[in-house]
Amino acid sequence: MSGITPIVMPKWGLSMQEGRVVEWLVEEGARIEVGMAILEVETDKIANAVEAADAGTLRRRVAAEGEVLPVKALLGVMAGSDVSDAEIDAYVAGYVTPVADEAGEEAAPATRFIEVDGLRIRYARRGTAEGTPVLLIHGYGGDLDNWLFNIDAIGERLPVIAFDLPGHGQSSVAVPGNDVAALAAFTGRLMEALEVGTAHLVGHSLGGAIACELALSQPGRVASLGLIASAGFGDEIDEGYTRGFATAQSKRDLKAVMEMLFADPAAVTRQMLDDVLKYKRLDGVGELLGRLCDGLFAGGRQQAQPGLRLAGCGKPVLAVWGREDRIVPAAHAERVPRPATVAVLDGAGHMVQMEKANEVNRLILKHVAG
Amino acid sequence: MAGNPFPLSKAELLKAYRTMRTIREFEERLHVDFGRGDIPGFVHLYAGEEAAAAGIMIHLGDGDRIASTHRGHGHCIAKGVDVGEMMLEIYGKKGGSCNGKGGSMHIADLSKGMMGANGILGAGAPLVCGAALAAKYRKKGEVAISFVGDGASNQGTFLESLNLAAVWNLPAIFVVENNGYAESTSRDYGVAVDSYVDRAAGFGLPGITVDGTDFFAVYEAAGEIIRRAREGGGPSLLECKMVRFHGHFEGDAQTYRGPGELDDIRANHDCLKKFAAQVTAAGVISADELAPIDREALAVVEDAVARAKAAPLPTVADLTTDVYVSY
Amino acid sequence: MARKISMKQAINEALDQEMARDPSVICMGEDIVGGAGGEGERDAWGGVLGVTKGLYAKHGDRLMDTPLSESAYIGAAIGAAACGMRPVAELMFIDFMGVCFDQIFNQAAKFKYMFGGKAETPVVIRAMVGAGFRAAAQHSQMLTPLFTHIPGIKVVCPSTPYDTKGLLIQAIRDNDPVIFCEHKNLYGFEGEVPEASYAIPFGEANVVRDGRDATVVAYGLMVHRALEAAASLAKEGIEIEIVDLRTLSPIDMDTVLDSVTKTGRLVCVDEANPRCSIAADVSAQVAMRAFGALKAGIEMVTPPHVPVPFSPPLEDLYIPSAAQVAAAVRKTLKGGRH
Repeated sequence: MSGITPIVMPKWGLSMQEGRVVEWLVEEGARIEVGMAILEVETDKIANAVEAADAGTLRRRVAAEGEVLPVKALLGVMAGSDVSDAEIDAYVAGYVTPVADEAGEEAAPATRFIEVDGLRIRYARRGTAEGTPVLLIHGYGGDLDNWLFNIDAIGERLPVIAFDLPGHGQSSVAVPGNDVAALAAFTGRLMEALEVGTAHLVGHSLGGAIACELALSQPGRVASLGLIASAGFGDEIDEGYTRGFATAQSKRDLKAVMEMLFADPAAVTRQMLDDVLKYKRLDGVGELLGRLCDGLFAGGRQQAQPGLRLAGCGKPVLAVWGREDRIVPAAHAERVPRPATVAVLDGAGHMVQMEKANEVNRLILKHVAG
Repeated sequence: MAGNPFPLSKAELLKAYRTMRTIREFEERLHVDFGRGDIPGFVHLYAGEEAAAAGIMIHLGDGDRIASTHRGHGHCIAKGVDVGEMMLEIYGKKGGSCNGKGGSMHIADLSKGMMGANGILGAGAPLVCGAALAAKYRKKGEVAISFVGDGASNQGTFLESLNLAAVWNLPAIFVVENNGYAESTSRDYGVAVDSYVDRAAGFGLPGITVDGTDFFAVYEAAGEIIRRAREGGGPSLLECKMVRFHGHFEGDAQTYRGPGELDDIRANHDCLKKFAAQVTAAGVISADELAPIDREALAVVEDAVARAKAAPLPTVADLTTDVYVSY
Repeated sequence: MARKISMKQAINEALDQEMARDPSVICMGEDIVGGAGGEGERDAWGGVLGVTKGLYAKHGDRLMDTPLSESAYIGAAIGAAACGMRPVAELMFIDFMGVCFDQIFNQAAKFKYMFGGKAETPVVIRAMVGAGFRAAAQHSQMLTPLFTHIPGIKVVCPSTPYDTKGLLIQAIRDNDPVIFCEHKNLYGFEGEVPEASYAIPFGEANVVRDGRDATVVAYGLMVHRALEAAASLAKEGIEIEIVDLRTLSPIDMDTVLDSVTKTGRLVCVDEANPRCSIAADVSAQVAMRAFGALKAGIEMVTPPHVPVPFSPPLEDLYIPSAAQVAAAVRKTLKGGRH
C-alpha cells in the first residue's frame, strides 16, 4: 500500500487516551500541505488542530465528527491520485489501532518524583534514549502539562525531561526562594540529581527567565536556550494576571484570569480550569503564589531581567512569542540580544506553545538540531 | 459591730445585694412598661427568684458558661451582661445585646459566658454539656451551668444531658429553678417524683435541694458543687425551690393560683427582704447602707429605659445581615 | 495524581488531616470508635460502616463514643462549637435528626442571627443519606430539603471522593454550622484524590459534563444516574450538560442559570421526595430568573411522594433511574417552543 499516509488520533501529553473529533477542516479531495490544519480534535484538556506532517491529498475522512476515538485510531487517509478507492477501502478495513504502548505505559508511570533539597519534585522523562536532553521549564502557576503538545513531538528526536517547579503542579508546596536566581539554582541542582550534565533548556514565561539565569550562572549546564513567551527581557508584566492567578478562589474568577493566557479565550476548557483549581486549592498554594508574586513581580514589574544579559553568552538562542500575548508583551522579542532566532506567531497569546504547538515544535526541533 | 458570720466579705455581700436589687428593679419596671404596651413580644419575668441567680453566679467568671431559659433576665444581669444593652434589646432597638434581633427570650453575651436565654425549654442542657466538654479540653477549671425550670426538667434533652454529663464526667451543673409552676401547671402535677435529688440519683449524679429564696443557702450549695466540678469531680444537680412574683409571661392573669398565694409570696418569701433582714440582723450591713444601693439600682434601670426609648430602631439593612459568618 | 481511594477513605483522610492540623477539632458520635467501656477491642467498629476506623489510634480521646442520645450529643457538639471547639458530630443516619432537630434548627442555625451576629457555631454534623441499602423508611431518606429550608445552616452533599475530601475539610474550617450528607451508596465509590489537604469552597457547583442540548441538575448519587443517562443519550446524538450542585446551601444558581441559558432546557434530578425539594427549588428559581431562556417546560425526576419502601423491587422503583433521567431529557427536547 505504498503511497497511503494515515492520519491518526494524536497523543497530546501524558494522560491522553482518547480524543473527540470536533470538526473536519478540509474536504475530501483537497490538497494538503505540510503544517496545514486538517481537523480539530478535543481532549478533556484542550481542543487543538491536527496538522499535516506530510503533503498529499485527503482521500477519505474515516472518523465522523463527534466520534470519540483512542489515540492512534485512524482518522483519515491521504494518498496520491494513483491510489484507487478500492485500495483505500482495503487500507481502512485492515487498519488496526495499535494498543501496544498502553501496556508499556501502565508498567512505567508517566511521571515520577525525586527529592532535591528536601523538596519533592515531579518530573517526566520521555523521548529517545540518546542525545542531549531537552529540559522543559514551565512558567509561574504552570506545570509540566503546559508542554502537553510539545513533549512527545520533541521526544521523537531527543530525550525530554519536563518537571513541576517547586511549589507548582504536584511538586512540594514550598519554594527555595521567591526570585529567579533561587529557582535557577534549584533547577541546576535538579539537573544534577537527575544526572543531566548539559541540556537544551526550553523555558516558558518565568521558565524562560530561569533558563537565561542558569545559562549565565552555570553555562556548563546549558547547550542552548529555547525561550517561549519568556520573562526576563523587560519589566512589563500583566499584574492583573499574576496577582489574579494567585488570588482567584472560584472557578468563575479563575476562568477570567486564565482567559488572558490565550488569544482565543475559548481555549480555556472546563477540564483545564478543574485541573488548575485542584492545584490551587491545595493547602498553602494560594499563599505561596502570593509570596512568589511579591518576589518575582513586586509592584507589578518583573524584578529580574537576565535575558538582557545574554549578549555574548555564546549559547544558541531561540525566542518565540505569540503576537497577542497579554502577559509578557510580544514587543519584548525585539529586546532579545542577537544573534538569536526570533519568531512572533500570529493568532497566539501567552500559551503559544499550546496554541501554535506544531509551529513551535518545528522551531524547537530545528533549534536543538543546531 | 459584731464579727461577720457570713462566708462573704461585706463588699461581696453589697455586690450580691446590688445584683439582686438591680434584677428586681429591672423586672418590676418591665412589668409596668409591658402593661403600658411599650414592649413588643413575649416577656417572662424573674422577679422573686433573684437569690438563685445571684447566689450561683457570684462563684463564676467570664470563662464559665451558662445557658439560660426563657426567663433569663436575672441570669444575664447576674452574669454581668450590660443592663443598658439588655434594655435596648427588650425594646427591639439597635445597639441591644443582640442588635434587636433576639429580644427578651434570646439575650446572649458570649464574651461574658452567657450562652443565651432560650425560647426552647430544656434546650440549654445539651449546649451546656458541650460548653463543659470544651472546658474539659481547655483544662482551665472552667464550669458550665444549665438552668431549667421545674417544667423543662421533664424534657428529654434535660434528662439525656444528665446522663451524658455523668457518662463523660463533665464539669457541668444542672440548676432546676423550681418555682412551683410549669407555665400554669403545678409542679406537683407534672413531675412524678417528689425530690430532684432522687431524679439526679437515678442518673448517677449527686443532687441537692435548697431554699432558693435564701441567698446564703444557694451560695453555699452552689459553691460546693462548682468547686467539685472545677476539680474534675463531675456534674451535679441543684434544685432551688423558689417563687415567681409574676405570671408565666406578662399578661398572665394567674387565675391558677390559690387565694392569697401571691400576697403570701410577696410578704413572706421575698428573697431580697430575707437577705436584708439577715445581713442587718447580723449587724454586718445597716439599712442605711442598703438604701443607696436601692436608689442606684433604680437609677440604672430608669436610665436604661430612657436610653432604650430614645434609641433608633433597626432598619431594613439589618434584616438580612448576621445569618452566616460567610455565605 | 493517580491515587484512587473510596469516598469512605476520603472522609477518613479529611478528618485525620484536620484533626492533625487543628487541636480544636474533635469527633463524637455513636460507635465512631466502638467498643467503649467493653473488655474487647477499642476501635472495634470505627463507625457503623467503618468510616472513622483507625482514627482513634492516631487521635485518641479526641474521638468520643456517645450514648445513644442524639439530642444530648448533637446539642453538646453545638454547645462546644459555641465555646471555641470545632466538633464533627456523626448523626449516623440523617433520619435520626427527628430526635435532635431542635438543637440543629432552633439552636445552631439561630445563634448567629438571634444573638445579633456575636456568636459563631463551627459545628459539622455528618450523616448518611439516601436509599438503596434495603434499610426501609427510617434509614434511607434524602432529607436535604428540610435543612436547606433553614437559614443559618449550610448543606453539603458530594458525589465523588475528590469533592468529599475537599468539601469536608472546608466544612470543618467553615465558621457556620454544616450538615454534611454522605450518600451511603457512594461510600465504596473510588476516584482520584490528592494526598495533601485541600478545601473546596462552598457555593460552587461543578459542571461534570458539557453538553448543548439540555441541562441536568443533580447532586449526590443522582449525579451518577445523570452520567449514566448521558452515555445512553449521547448514542442518540443528545448531549446533556450535567451540573453537580455539590452544596445545596449555599446553592450556586449562577452556574445553573448559565447552563440553562446555553441549553434552553432543564431537568432537575433529586433523590428527595418531590414536594418542596431541591429539584422544586431549582426549577422555581430558573423559571423565575431565566424564563426567557427556556425552550420547553422544566422536568423533575424524583421518587414518588411516598416513604422509602423496604422490598428490593419497590425500593429500586423508588430511586430515580438513569432511564427516567434520559426519558425526562427526551421529553423536554420534544416539548415546547423551538
